[in-house]
Amino acid sequence: MSAPSILLRTEHRVGIASYGAYVPRGRIRTEAIAACWGLEQKRVPIRAKSVPGPDEDTATMCIEAAQNALRRVAVAADQIRAVWVGTESKPYAVKPTSTVVAEALGLTPFISAADMEFACKAGSEAMQTAMAYVGSGMARYALAIGMDTAQSRPGDSLEYTAAAGGAAFLFGRAENAVAEVEGSLSYVTDTPDFFRHAHRHYPQHGQRFTGDAAYFHHSQQATRALLDALGRAPQDYRWAVFHQPNPKFVRRLARQLGFTEEQIRPGFLAPAIGNTYAGSSLLGLAAVLDIARPGDRILFTSYGSGAGSDALSLVVTPRIGSLRAGVPRVRDYLERKQEIGDYGVYLRLMKKIHRE
Amino acid sequence: MELPRYHRLRSTFYRLQASRCAACQATYFPPRPYCLHCGSRNLEELRLSGRGRVLSLTRVYQPSRGFSDGVGTLTALIELPEGLRLIAQLTDVEPAEVETGQEVEMVVRRLRTDEEQGLIVYGYKFRPVVGARAAEGANSA
Repeated sequence: MSAPSILLRTEHRVGIASYGAYVPRGRIRTEAIAACWGLEQKRVPIRAKSVPGPDEDTATMCIEAAQNALRRVAVAADQIRAVWVGTESKPYAVKPTSTVVAEALGLTPFISAADMEFACKAGSEAMQTAMAYVGSGMARYALAIGMDTAQSRPGDSLEYTAAAGGAAFLFGRAENAVAEVEGSLSYVTDTPDFFRHAHRHYPQHGQRFTGDAAYFHHSQQATRALLDALGRAPQDYRWAVFHQPNPKFVRRLARQLGFTEEQIRPGFLAPAIGNTYAGSSLLGLAAVLDIARPGDRILFTSYGSGAGSDALSLVVTPRIGSLRAGVPRVRDYLERKQEIGDYGVYLRLMKKIHRE
Repeated sequence: MELPRYHRLRSTFYRLQASRCAACQATYFPPRPYCLHCGSRNLEELRLSGRGRVLSLTRVYQPSRGFSDGVGTLTALIELPEGLRLIAQLTDVEPAEVETGQEVEMVVRRLRTDEEQGLIVYGYKFRPVVGARAAEGANSA
């Protein structure tokens, strides 16, 4: 296969016109979880993770992230022709999250809307689709959101990292972009690393498939194929963002691909808030855009179980300086936190225990 | 409140849609089709800014049916810059962190949180202003 054919090419040049993030206020220190289950603290992968409030879910969190994106730019509602929500924690099994979001943003009724499902890659799948709508000329602007309130079985190793948060990206033509997309591709295979059956509350890991065969293989293949197709090397990039299931995996992946600690630093949020699933890599990208300067090149590679990766190469434009101030950045949400010291309160907030 | 009423008022619950009389400037939330003040039917749609100030607040220990997660939650009377007052729950805040006069902003949250089988009702609540917008407010004050 010749290299250019694997790229997902658009008819028109496209980019990110605006973006917004959201992380809920609750934080539980993982030592409180470890204490309940008798695990030594040194075996816990992160110190704290974000926890949604009792009145929050993926829909409410999407609304705030998308509102932040729309507040940064002057784009008329009727110019936005699609809103897609990528998540694996839909408030309803059947009833779209995206219509609630579109209604709250005042974008209804002439708008395409849907929820996308691809484990932790659902958010970047929404981004690829938004790029296609804009790049084909079907829409002037399209909104893609990756957001999760990740669920984990009490006592499972996922409970130490499964977190809540995400980000929204408004895609538009390159001339309106704060970061232009130079190229993108998707890499997927049928891999049994992580799954949840219908009517089950919690997902499970597929034995030994989690690491090398899943996260590392797909993230590496997508990233390397994109770099090859564009004729670029890791040192051509100022910043790099990956999916963040835990800090150890991210550091190892970056090292294997030839990216430095400095390149991943601003978008590396897992140590502070955990794994926000479909929101994870998108939130990292939002944190990078918060500090990026014109000319910065950004490598973005998501990962979703099942399994696949989307890889994007972005270049920050001078328009980054024209975004409206006064909108909360990722850092504002990281600094706004309410510590949950008690495992029982955490269980209530995660709706694992209920008042009878 | 019954489902059809929530549905009819969803633009009000989701994005603070109000109406203003073109003749006498009286403002209505929820929106009204005619003016109670001057009788005019010439009312314009108005989307409230979502910013406000706490006038008074109380803690609720006996929540209504369907709001059982709300034990001890804060409910406030909020004054909006558009000249309206409304009552709403406060969220993302502990009682010690809020006082009268404080700047708050609207967020969309689940209003009824304990209906496993029913429709999830979303609507407005208010919380202390977050991050950069808080700083912006301080500068303009």
